[in-house]
Amino acid sequence: MPGFCRPGMLTWSNLNTNDLHLLVHKAPLSTSLPAANRLAWLVLCLGLLSVLTLLSLTLGAKPISLAVVADSLFGPGQHPDAIIITEGRLPRTLLGLLAGAALGLSGAIIQALTRNPLADPGILGVNAGASFAVVLGAGVFGITSAAGYLAFAFVGALATTLLVYLVGAYGTARLEPMRFVLAGVAISAVMMGFASSITLLNPWAFDRVRFWSAGSLDVRDLDLVLQVAPALLLGIVIALLLARPLNVLGMGEDLAVSLGSRPRLIHATAVLAITLLCGASTAIAGPIGFVGLMIPHIARWMVGTDQRWIMACTLLLAPVLLLASDIIGRLLVPGELRVSIVTAFVGAPVLIWLARRAQPSGSRT
Amino acid sequence: MSPSDYLYLGRPTGPIYLRVRAKGLWAGMLLALAALMLAGLALGAGALELSHAQVWQALLGEGPARLGAVVREWRLPRVVMALVVGGALGMSGAIFQSLIRNPLGSPDVIGFNTGAYTGALVTIILLQGSYFEIATGALVGGLAAALLVYLLAYRRGIQGFRLIIVGIAISAMLAAFNTWLMISASLESAMTAALWGAGSLNGITWDKALPSALFSLVAMMLTLLLGRRMALLEMGDDSASALGVPAERTRLQLMSLGVVLTAAATAAAGPISFIALAAPQIAQRLSRSHGTALLCAFWVGALLLLLADYCAQHLFAPRQLPVGIVTVSIGGLYLVWLLFRQSRLASS
Repeated sequence: MPGFCRPGMLTWSNLNTNDLHLLVHKAPLSTSLPAANRLAWLVLCLGLLSVLTLLSLTLGAKPISLAVVADSLFGPGQHPDAIIITEGRLPRTLLGLLAGAALGLSGAIIQALTRNPLADPGILGVNAGASFAVVLGAGVFGITSAAGYLAFAFVGALATTLLVYLVGAYGTARLEPMRFVLAGVAISAVMMGFASSITLLNPWAFDRVRFWSAGSLDVRDLDLVLQVAPALLLGIVIALLLARPLNVLGMGEDLAVSLGSRPRLIHATAVLAITLLCGASTAIAGPIGFVGLMIPHIARWMVGTDQRWIMACTLLLAPVLLLASDIIGRLLVPGELRVSIVTAFVGAPVLIWLARRAQPSGSRT
Repeated sequence: MSPSDYLYLGRPTGPIYLRVRAKGLWAGMLLALAALMLAGLALGAGALELSHAQVWQALLGEGPARLGAVVREWRLPRVVMALVVGGALGMSGAIFQSLIRNPLGSPDVIGFNTGAYTGALVTIILLQGSYFEIATGALVGGLAAALLVYLLAYRRGIQGFRLIIVGIAISAMLAAFNTWLMISASLESAMTAALWGAGSLNGITWDKALPSALFSLVAMMLTLLLGRRMALLEMGDDSASALGVPAERTRLQLMSLGVVLTAAATAAAGPISFIALAAPQIAQRLSRSHGTALLCAFWVGALLLLLADYCAQHLFAPRQLPVGIVTVSIGGLYLVWLLFRQSRLASS
């Protein structure tokens, strides 16, 4: 598959980002994938997503028929099972759709920005910041409510990402994505260190946090979902608007500047989008790893190197993974497996299979 | 670069010919000196404060037998292991970052640490194992994960990008399994597991230390011998082959050495992961070299862990923190500071 011709993908092996423009000229942005092919992938993803949304509403410990689902969502909702739909499955399905899209898109942005396939949204310190704030909330302030955790986690994620951005952008004339990554890694590490020292000395906080840190979609509160929805939707819109600028930036900073784009602005906007997306979804669902890392890779394999197509595909495919994992987690064992655990087992084999099957950059170098 | 930047040992035609970058060498020597001085300090500090002269006497086996026991049997193994474990982690990080040419590289890339944690969790939570059983479980888990990643990534040779992706995938599955074990375990076993997972040198003795120290030292020697080939390999497989370096075989050798180094460190002290990531980065910035500085990475790692362990013991005394927690805090702050300083230098 020619999906690996993305300029950034070539440079992972070459740390010196100044060489980027050399590589770009060897690998033009255009892909050899026909548009019809990409459209077919999108339609397939959309179909999958619709089916999974319906399944997510109907399947569970108690299967509920579509008629009852429709009745409880749009009709009078007199059926005794209506409460399961409105209190349980609707929030969790909505959250699956929103958080999935958010995690996937933030992964796509961070990988485009840092040109590093190891980069996941957590690398900007979002997860570490949220975890640290929750540890503080539980261990120091004695917070117990879900809404309290949500507020702490969101503020923690915002503050940490801001800190990472300041450290990463401080005093540099050129944009250096690698500095962001290192700053994120370093600050995350410090946060994790502080958080662990609090939890290891405080068993009660440890107990709280170990459950919080296994992310789950099962929030059972539509209001909570609606609280974070504006942040998520705003983030999604910004992310989609970033697709074209990121394409241009992918051609190398010098070229991008001469084409009239403003790398610093793009960078700052991208960080804002990631913070909104990843911060809000982590705040409500807890850390759910791997989605943001894996889906953009798969999207690149499917639709090529154009960020617009990658984003569109990610937007549809990431919720597919999240909803599918959530449904599997509900059905597999009686007590439910949390979605953050199932995601890895659903996604990882696909990723390995693709990595072995596709012709990545190795054949070229 | 002018020839005077290098120190030469031996003759170009002779059996021994070593060329060492002077700057890297100086940085290495300074780091080594700092580490040894800190080691002396650590041997003297504790509930029983000792002067330098007393420490020296105790090390030589003179002076009161009681002091000798404190220094040689209690404090020395801990200090030595901090140096060896830290150095081993720093070196293995340097190997992996060079092999996959990615500064995010660390032994985590091939899933070793996550696998080791899985092994330890299974031993602690499901089997309620002892210290040696936990270490064995961690080794088995880590090696199995690394082997699995290597085999799944192997397709007519190992290629960096595929290795990374397969490593991510396997690590993600193992991490998910670990999370599940953690939330299904009792609070007590989960805390025990988390303590092990933080990485700690508390209560280490010669019995526990020696096997892993020996393995580490042998692996370090071999790594240093392969150092030049590693540098050539960074130029790409084709260039390296043209210069007479068998690419695939060298890569396998280096990767195995990296795994052995990590395994030895993990068996002795649990997974202290951050050093492998940060030490090569810090070393590279200290020695101002573009390539990977193996010896420098060793000393940075050793110094970092020793310093962290000193803080872990004495910062909140009498309470002892697991050293891994302090490591990430100190190492992370230092890395942030380096980034700041680098940007000041660049802008001035």
